[in-house]
Amino acid sequence: MSDVKKFMYVNRKAPYGTIYALESLEVVLISAAFDQDVSLAFVDDGVYQIMKGTKTDGIGMKNFSPVYNALGDYDITKLYVEQESLDERGLTLDDLMDIKYEDEDDDWAEKPSIKVVSRKEMADVMDQQDVLMSF
Amino acid sequence: MKLSVLVNEGPYQHQASDSALLFTKAALEKGHEIFRVFFYHDGVNNGTRFTVPPQDDRNLQESWTALQAEHELDLVVCIAAAQRRGILDENEAERQGKDGNNIAPGFRISGLGQLVEAGIESDRLVVFGD
Amino acid sequence: MSMLHTINKSPFEKTSFEACLNHVNGDSSILMIEDGVYGAMKGTAFSEKVAATNGVALYILGPDMQARGISEDRLIDGVKVVDYAGFVDLVTEHDKVQAWL
Repeated sequence: MSDVKKFMYVNRKAPYGTIYALESLEVVLISAAFDQDVSLAFVDDGVYQIMKGTKTDGIGMKNFSPVYNALGDYDITKLYVEQESLDERGLTLDDLMDIKYEDEDDDWAEKPSIKVVSRKEMADVMDQQDVLMSF
Repeated sequence: MKLSVLVNEGPYQHQASDSALLFTKAALEKGHEIFRVFFYHDGVNNGTRFTVPPQDDRNLQESWTALQAEHELDLVVCIAAAQRRGILDENEAERQGKDGNNIAPGFRISGLGQLVEAGIESDRLVVFGD
Repeated sequence: MSMLHTINKSPFEKTSFEACLNHVNGDSSILMIEDGVYGAMKGTAFSEKVAATNGVALYILGPDMQARGISEDRLIDGVKVVDYAGFVDLVTEHDKVQAWL
């Protein structure tokens, strides 16, 4: 396994209503161990996965939002969020978690993992991948 | 070419497993190699031998098992997803203190790393889901 | 790089089909399978959007089309019918596959 492939996990579903978001995140974490070039796309209802202020005590489920904050520790630092998907849902970047990573090439400076891109840019980023996983 | 298939849904509820099976058969008939078929989410339910569909309906588990036997396919059921949904092999049943197992012949239970590896090792990954 | 998009949802039930159309680039192809085949019919409220994908090759999986009672003369002009062997060919002819679920 010498070649590094570009893996993108395409998230288009909201969390908690179905298990897809959680189990997608489980694959993402495992993939970190394989030294591939991993990125995540949040499109359509997928943007709801990274909203801040989630509290799940009342529904009896584990809150997995903190896991997104830990992705930087696994060298997963590219979270592409589609602008149009936010707009359609009346959301802005302020509604999302402030997910950061420490850039080892820049004296461990904290940098935002979330990159808001247009629909066209998202299509281009998807086009550059080797493997696309959607759940 | 080397292909892998990801099945995200269980049998009968959704067409995904039927589509994946027909795609896999067609790929094999065309001489391609199927590196792995990975069953995730409710897709793990394809791997229980306890399903008993009506006689005039297709039996997806048996079809997968037969295809596995014919082509030595690697049919992998995700362990975490399987445990959530009650799909166990003999070892897991013993380890979890359960009184039986239900994994179908030809399927094996393993970790999510097998899915990532399939993505790395295969020329193409084809996803079937809902 | 060329990409095969598979779509398995009716455009009238979920936004997956629209999302697919919104993310196709020039040298991509779209294959409609399962309930996605309803998006290939002409004369629907969605037909124009599908037909407007200039330069994108449109395919429909024949067995899924036939199972749903859709005849070829009901298809949007230019949509090509493939069988499962054709599905496999489309997968190998493109660099990667994105499934819009």
